[in-house]
Amino acid sequence: MIIFFQHIGQACLKSIEKLGRASLFFIAIISSIGYVLLRPNLLIKQLFSVGVLTFWLIAISGLFVGMVLGLQGVYTLSTFGAESSLGIMVAASLVRELGPVVGALLFAGRAGSALTAEIGLMKATEQLSGMEMMAIDPLKYIIAPRFFAGFISLPLLVAIFSAMGIIGGYLAGVELLHVDSGAYWSQMQASIDFDADIVNGMIKSIIFAWLVSWIALFEGYDAVPTSAGISRATTRTVVNSSFAILIFDFLLTALMFGVA
Amino acid sequence: MISIRNLTFSRGNRKIFDNISMQIMPHKITAIMGPSGTGKTTLLKLIGGQLKPDSGTILVNDQEIHQLSRRALYELRKKMGMLFQSGALLSDMSVYDNIAFPIREHTKLTKSMIRTVVLMKLNAVGLRGARDLMPSELSGGMARRIAMARALALDPEMILYDEPFTGQDPISLAVLVKLIKTLNQTLHLTSIVVSHDVEETASIADYIYLMSEGKIVGQGSPEELTQSDSEWVQQFMQGQADGPVPFHYPADDFSEELFAL
Ligand SMILES: Nc1ncnc2c1ncn2[C@@H]1O[C@H](COP(=O)(O)OP(=O)(O)O)[C@@H](O)[C@H]1O
Ligand SMILES: [Mg+2]
Repeated sequence: MIIFFQHIGQACLKSIEKLGRASLFFIAIISSIGYVLLRPNLLIKQLFSVGVLTFWLIAISGLFVGMVLGLQGVYTLSTFGAESSLGIMVAASLVRELGPVVGALLFAGRAGSALTAEIGLMKATEQLSGMEMMAIDPLKYIIAPRFFAGFISLPLLVAIFSAMGIIGGYLAGVELLHVDSGAYWSQMQASIDFDADIVNGMIKSIIFAWLVSWIALFEGYDAVPTSAGISRATTRTVVNSSFAILIFDFLLTALMFGVA
Repeated sequence: MISIRNLTFSRGNRKIFDNISMQIMPHKITAIMGPSGTGKTTLLKLIGGQLKPDSGTILVNDQEIHQLSRRALYELRKKMGMLFQSGALLSDMSVYDNIAFPIREHTKLTKSMIRTVVLMKLNAVGLRGARDLMPSELSGGMARRIAMARALALDPEMILYDEPFTGQDPISLAVLVKLIKTLNQTLHLTSIVVSHDVEETASIADYIYLMSEGKIVGQGSPEELTQSDSEWVQQFMQGQADGPVPFHYPADDFSEELFAL
């Protein structure tokens, strides 16, 4: 029995310690912002590998999610004779929820896991140590540009996801199931609120961007530098990012729309 | 130039170094030898300030390395080249860029001056022709020579080699041995070679420290060590399987274990 509590205690201490290290890590990244601004080419290179390479995954997923929303929306709304509101339904669910959440989950799976594996491998092959011995700080040179690239890319990718979703909803609802095209667009335009919907969705995507980039880079940097260690770290990135995204989504939604 | 005093360092419960002291002479090649797992790599990381000792001091250029501010430590590291066991070349840069990298980061040299420096360093290790290759296209011996060129990029005063001879074919081996010797002489470097390859290391070292289980078990010039009457030193220098260091990891009696069922 005592051993059981000891284990719980140790696990708690370990997680608190890890959170502490992760926080210091984050502070170091933030204080490297000047360094990154002075070397825009480092950032641009990472924007390409973190952002641009995730583009097609996000765009195509957005399109299909939107098409499914279109089909399901028409099916549900037609029982109330309200097909003309399809545009609102599709756009609101994408901009408020599905865009940020699904976009961030896909991003964690594609870009986050790749970042963890890359950093973990650089650690295992002593590239990070080597850099330190050359008096170059890997937190500034390697980690910070990747963090800011992730932080900038994800909100843009989320916007693309939502836009493609709205087009997908149009294709399925209007082109396939003959909802009135004018109604689809005009109802959407009339009812989607800039502050309540678009800004809130953007805030979510920015917070998810921070979470995923931070988790992915820290797991890589903190990985046990062996092949098994890197594979565990990569898994942890995907699992922890997904939990973090879903939990924060609930908290943010409660703050923004719910519990007054 | 480098002096280690009463150094103690542990990993978990295991004492890797137990109160050791060493003196590294300037402009000479000092070898630190011992079986795998004695803590040779750990010692280099302590000298480079990447690990902190439990107690004791390490002086580099008369500065106590673990008391330095981060900035001062980074300044000192520019005078210290380190050759990692794996080479540690940056895998997303060409050979040329790998060597230019520390120069670009730490100096304001123009493009053409950087080019001159990089080609000189590559020429010194005989690999000027390999400048456009990527690290993944290099053989093990070539990667180590490129890493050497990179360690020399900032014209350091001292250079630390971690197992430079391990896993090399006989020709690369001869090349590396010769390179370490000539670089040390022509550039007046202070070199530390950490290794368990007795013959190669003894052929170039001016002074050797032999380590085992956290202690220094022998020291002296290569000649002195081969004459040594310590059994341990003899076993290590001549590469005998059994002796004071037993062939068997501690275990129960074999016949008892076999018939234990
Ligand atoms: N990061 C680490 N964490 C825990 N133990 C380590 C770590 N690195 C090395 N060790 C242990 O320290 C000892 C010395 O390692 P090392 O310095 O790499 O030896 P050598 O280079 O002489 O082969 C080994 O027993 C190794 O298992
Ligand atoms: Mg080693």
